[in-house]
Amino acid sequence: MNNKRGGTWKIIKPYVAIVASFIYFFPVLWVFLTSFKPRVDIVTTTPRFVFSPTLDHFFRLFFRRVTVAPGEFALEATPFARFFFNSIFLSLFSVALALALGTFAAYAISRFPMRNKGFLMFYILSNRMLPPIAVVVPLYLMYRTLGMMNTYWGMTLLYTAFSIPLAIWMMKSFFDDIPYEIEEAARVDGSSRFRAFYKTALPQVWVGIAATFIISLIFVWNEFLFALMLTGRETRTVPVALSTALRGERGVDWGLLASVEAIYVVPAIILAFVAQGFLLRGLTFGTVRK
Amino acid sequence: MNDDWGEMMEKGSRWKRIFDRRLATIMVAPCIIILLGMFLFPLLWSLGLSFYDYSVLRPVPPRFVGFQHYNEIIRDPYIWARFATSMRFVALAVGLQLVLGVGLAFLMYDNFKGKKFFMALMLSPMMMAPVAVGAFFRFMYDPSFGIIPYLTRTLFNVDIGWIIDPSVALYSLVLVDTWMWSPFVMLFTLAGLLSIPQHLLEMSSIDRASWWQRFRNIILPQIKPLLILALLLRTMESFRLFDTIWVMTGGGPGLATETLAITLYRVAFQHWHTGRSSAVAYIMLIVVIVLTNLYLRLSMRQEGARG
Repeated sequence: MNNKRGGTWKIIKPYVAIVASFIYFFPVLWVFLTSFKPRVDIVTTTPRFVFSPTLDHFFRLFFRRVTVAPGEFALEATPFARFFFNSIFLSLFSVALALALGTFAAYAISRFPMRNKGFLMFYILSNRMLPPIAVVVPLYLMYRTLGMMNTYWGMTLLYTAFSIPLAIWMMKSFFDDIPYEIEEAARVDGSSRFRAFYKTALPQVWVGIAATFIISLIFVWNEFLFALMLTGRETRTVPVALSTALRGERGVDWGLLASVEAIYVVPAIILAFVAQGFLLRGLTFGTVRK
Repeated sequence: MNDDWGEMMEKGSRWKRIFDRRLATIMVAPCIIILLGMFLFPLLWSLGLSFYDYSVLRPVPPRFVGFQHYNEIIRDPYIWARFATSMRFVALAVGLQLVLGVGLAFLMYDNFKGKKFFMALMLSPMMMAPVAVGAFFRFMYDPSFGIIPYLTRTLFNVDIGWIIDPSVALYSLVLVDTWMWSPFVMLFTLAGLLSIPQHLLEMSSIDRASWWQRFRNIILPQIKPLLILALLLRTMESFRLFDTIWVMTGGGPGLATETLAITLYRVAFQHWHTGRSSAVAYIMLIVVIVLTNLYLRLSMRQEGARG
């Protein structure tokens, strides 16, 4: 009897799994649907699944009509395009920088004898574990005093520092995974340590670099609190723009908001799919290597 | 080729030896300098300020007050109540994520067609910007047109206030955090499950051991180290969670969802008590640093165990 029940369960299990994954995905789907809904179909007491889709919200997000002369309109870019650019620019640039610096550091920590290596690694990671809200208070003071508020270089520096701990921890785990013998052989053949690094070790960790890049990128892309306190009108990122849109005085424009969310979460979902095999390693800072 | 190398070695050997010896320092230094400058320096600055009465907005020079802020905070029932809210949120959210995450892992353990795709659907919530998540749950929880109140109304005939009812709001947040992060626990559990040697599982099924016995004696010991890591990471993150709560409820209604992180934001950037907020921040920091230390110790031990 036990066996028979187990058998039925085996057959329906995949279907339960599929239903579960749809439950998890439903809120995302709902936002996508909302972003294509005409305004009248969004705020209804009975949710509507059938509607004639429109791209109006996406259009309004990037363009607005301004009256040039009576009866004549021109299209103008909204500030949102700028925020979107800021998000892309800041995340790509700072993660690339963090990864470039972090790879060197990770290699050195992985390969060279060093005193207090354990403490060094703990210190590096503790930067990432700090609650952002506790760090943002002093950062706010520093940025204000040193004139770094609302500057691209200030934000780049911040996000670089924000990404470095993950970059070092994750890259160290990749370097630890490849055998040292090949580099030692290269050293015996007369290469310098640096040459052994970039000719022998580096080519073996390209996948690791790509995975680290993607996962760091997602974290910076999604970051909110630092951007909220330290950016201004010019350097504002999309998450901050999203939160201000929610505090609109004439009620929230849910259609517009849904279109922002839809655009903003898609890259993260795609990137996560690409790096699925390295997600666990990224989320545990390289301590779990599955 | 070989001659070339030999020549280069001789020419640059002195320089090269020095370079090699210093290489470790040269490679690590830029990162450490950035981290020190961007995190340690401002933190030391605010440690100093936590002993002063100071506000960024007032043009009055800071006044030294010693441990007054810390004394006040530790005696302040308001702060303790917020701390309790944080703890309740953490306990509920992490507990629920543990149960659901392990359950999901068993569902997703067997292979079936399209598993990778469905897995990606399930993992997508935790990759999304917490602000966006907060915003769209606020939309879906909306009492008049949200789909969640609609579903509970039509399916179960109950009217729940979700984020407008102070007695429910915290649970609504717990639900969102669980939705986002239970797949995270699933990921850890799956990794643990996949590392169980197949013969162990087969042996136990021949023995006709009950499901619970198999779980307790074979599966649990294998997944426990990974589960502990997952729980620790989740505890830290839900303790410091700000974005989702801020966007969804802003700490309200009333004080129902005001966790320590939200209070800290208010003290620092709405009341502008810079000195006092630095002291609150330090209390939070100490909690997190203790947890980080624990995380590292446990993950090292796990690594050691695996050989």
